[in-house]
Amino acid sequence: MLSYAAPKNFYPFAGKLIPWIGFAAVVTLAFGLYLGLFVAPADYQQGQSYRIMFIHVPSAWMSMFVYVVMAAAGAASLVWKTKLAEVLASACAPIGASFTLITLVTGSLWGKPMWGTWWAWDARLTSELILLFLYIGVMALQASIDDPRRAARAAAVLALVGVVNIPVIHFSVEWWNTLHQPASVSKLGMPSIHPSMLAPLLLMAVGFKLYFVAMVLVRMRYQILERERHTQWVAQVVESEK
Amino acid sequence: MNPPSLFTAARNVFMRDLTIALRRSTDVLTPLMFFLIVVTLFPLGVGPEANLLRTMAPGVIWVAALLATMLSLGRLFSNDYADGTLEQLALAPHPLPLLVLAKVCAHWVLTGLPLVAMSPLLALQLNLEPRQMATLVTTLLLGTPVLSLLGSIGAALTLGLRGGGVLVSLLVLPLYTPILIFGAGAVSARAFGLDAEAHLSLLAAFLILGAVFAPWAAAAALRISLD
Repeated sequence: MLSYAAPKNFYPFAGKLIPWIGFAAVVTLAFGLYLGLFVAPADYQQGQSYRIMFIHVPSAWMSMFVYVVMAAAGAASLVWKTKLAEVLASACAPIGASFTLITLVTGSLWGKPMWGTWWAWDARLTSELILLFLYIGVMALQASIDDPRRAARAAAVLALVGVVNIPVIHFSVEWWNTLHQPASVSKLGMPSIHPSMLAPLLLMAVGFKLYFVAMVLVRMRYQILERERHTQWVAQVVESEK
Repeated sequence: MNPPSLFTAARNVFMRDLTIALRRSTDVLTPLMFFLIVVTLFPLGVGPEANLLRTMAPGVIWVAALLATMLSLGRLFSNDYADGTLEQLALAPHPLPLLVLAKVCAHWVLTGLPLVAMSPLLALQLNLEPRQMATLVTTLLLGTPVLSLLGSIGAALTLGLRGGGVLVSLLVLPLYTPILIFGAGAVSARAFGLDAEAHLSLLAAFLILGAVFAPWAAAAALRISLD
């Protein structure tokens, strides 16, 4: 099993996994969307517009999950200096940032009909926005260091500092908000959810996870090729793909 | 020759940074002037209405302090990096986090402390109420060291990078949000006659956590940058 941690073995292994995971992701997402958009009943308060939840909530979960994966991979790369963990950490950043952006955009689209505003300085909105800034910081730091190993280690330190700070930021923002306008927190408070809505939500969450795994493997493969471009095995791979 | 004791080493690093900075005193004054100018710009931008300024004052002063600290972060390591002192510090037999902590203390004495000293003046300009004044000074006293501590991580990570100055703001400012919230929040709470003790306790907690953990992260980042 450990031999798959070597980039040379990981590359073809990931190549074999990607179609399967990608297929599973497409099927799960399609089924989840079908259940969510056509089968689940309309909400008695929010009508049809609540259905954006099936994109919004899973991507919000993913935005935090990916950050934790990135920080864990960063910690592993700092401790064991494994190349694969470095590659995993840096592949996570853009995907996590995209999920965060999707969360913010869908939340804004949902907020307009529900609250009558595109943006409110709600606790969760604000901490999600700061999460986006943290992702952007990691990506900017990676982009400005040329040596990929040094870039990965620097980004890992930043991601770890960030992961320690995320709960602090979240709770401070929550408290800051409740000090100013206590009503808006309960606005977002989700009432207990009916099984006909929960099933598509969970399916979408699983689908998003599978999509993330497939995407992260694709990105890791490209990064491995770029990092190992001077080695023999990459030359052979390139030769065979021609 | 035996290496100097842990305490002596840290004190020497601290005194050295102070001496160098005081011989080039403009370096110390620039962030302070920046602080003054940014705060002065706000009344010009939003209008001289006294009540509006009083409500905005805690946030304005705190944001200006954040930005002034951030601008001065370049000074923390870059000169020592350029002339090789930093590598010598990393090679020293003493733990690097402790030496980093000494440098951060010097940075705070040169940046944070003058900001704190100047804040009552700015508070007067913005019509802050007298009972808020003491809270403002206390929050800044507790908060600006945290800004220096967290900033040292960003400064260490961006050492020697192109566009380091702008990059450091991107890395550090999101991490500053809790300090801003509780720092400005305490002063605002006093305006309504509320007790600011909870805010101050949290700021003190951040300071303690920052003093314990930030030097380690900054030292790790320095070692990466020196590689």
